[in-house]
Amino acid sequence: MRGERRLFSDVNVKVEPGTLLAVVGENGSGKTSFLRILTSLLPPEEGAVLWQGQDIRQLKEQYYAQLTYIGHLNGVKDDLTPIENLMASAGLTGDQHSSPLVQEALESVGLKRTVHRLPTKVLSQGQRRRVALARLWLSTHPVWLLDEPFTSLDTASTALVTERVQSHLRGGGLAVVVTHQEVALPSDVIQRLRLNG
Amino acid sequence: MTRPGMWDALCGVVRRDLLLAMRRRSDAAMPVFFLVIVASLFPLGVGPEPAVLRTIGPGVLWVAALLACLLSLGRVFTADYLDGVLEQMVLIAQPLPVLVVGKVFAHWVIAGVPVVLLSPLLGLQFGLDGEAVAVLALSLLLGTPTLSMIGAIGAALVLGVRGSGLLVALLVLPLYVPVLIFGAGAVASSLAGVGAEANLSLLGACLVLSLFFAPWATAAALRIALE
Repeated sequence: MRGERRLFSDVNVKVEPGTLLAVVGENGSGKTSFLRILTSLLPPEEGAVLWQGQDIRQLKEQYYAQLTYIGHLNGVKDDLTPIENLMASAGLTGDQHSSPLVQEALESVGLKRTVHRLPTKVLSQGQRRRVALARLWLSTHPVWLLDEPFTSLDTASTALVTERVQSHLRGGGLAVVVTHQEVALPSDVIQRLRLNG
Repeated sequence: MTRPGMWDALCGVVRRDLLLAMRRRSDAAMPVFFLVIVASLFPLGVGPEPAVLRTIGPGVLWVAALLACLLSLGRVFTADYLDGVLEQMVLIAQPLPVLVVGKVFAHWVIAGVPVVLLSPLLGLQFGLDGEAVAVLALSLLLGTPTLSMIGAIGAALVLGVRGSGLLVALLVLPLYVPVLIFGAGAVASSLAGVGAEANLSLLGACLVLSLFFAPWATAAALRIALE
């Protein structure tokens, strides 16, 4: 619900390991709300989200330990460098965060070493988004929830992120991606959920 | 995957907030400047009469410390809320109250510790004697973490609300009253030769209570703010 308006109802979807659920729909159709419900940040009006048969609101930290969430906000600090940002967030989430690994992650997402030690505030929107997405290269969590991950990214970076998502799926992880762009993945690993708001 | 323990997560939050404060030193120093200016203006306005200054000193210094703390409360969660870091923090595999303790501890180190360290100097401005100055510092050492703890609840409750600065003051100031009374009372008792132990004990009790309840209340308020 948003105010008095019901965004979506009767959504019943199961995401298997090794697959990706692409949530698509018009602006305001409730894609981000859907993803936030999957994180438990937003409680559903009715129904439940189950992880391995258990309600995520009961599991709480046990579920969060499985989760990598990148929202539409980047979750990076402007006054810290990309390296400091990644080390701080990976340190909290339990992802790998040694300095070489963090540098490698930033390079993997297409950020050159020259920007690794600059304050994030001097980077472009696309570069900041890449700092946020570099967390995917450090993540060892099986569940990825990504809100418009390709926003502000150029074609090359989009391809890098898609490749990383694909390798995550090959490793047995699962992903839910809210996007208004086409995700270039084989049709056997992707299912689409259209929200009509 | 190496899951960090609670202690690692708490230290991680503290480290990040202190690093951010180092990067924005002027923001961090503002409450301290405020305290010094307010505490210095009173003797100028009231006059140099030592007896008057000694009488009003404990109350003035405590009110100034309280307002300095209030001034810095906006920093505790607002930036994290706006840049999405708070969402990330809520979704990690550690209890949110533990991370709240980290945030509040960092706030106290930035805004409270300088107040405690400066208090002897400011106390001398009001003609407090050595013992009263020591009691003032001790009362602030016990009281300022309580102010940070209580303030964090207010700061979390008003997250995302327009005009939150004024609202947080309205919410938090009534809750600060006992701390103010016991803190100023401790110094006044010392000056009167009665002994400050009772007031200091009550300040300690307030600290323990706030340490116990405030992180849970703040965490609940943060979750509501993020819905």
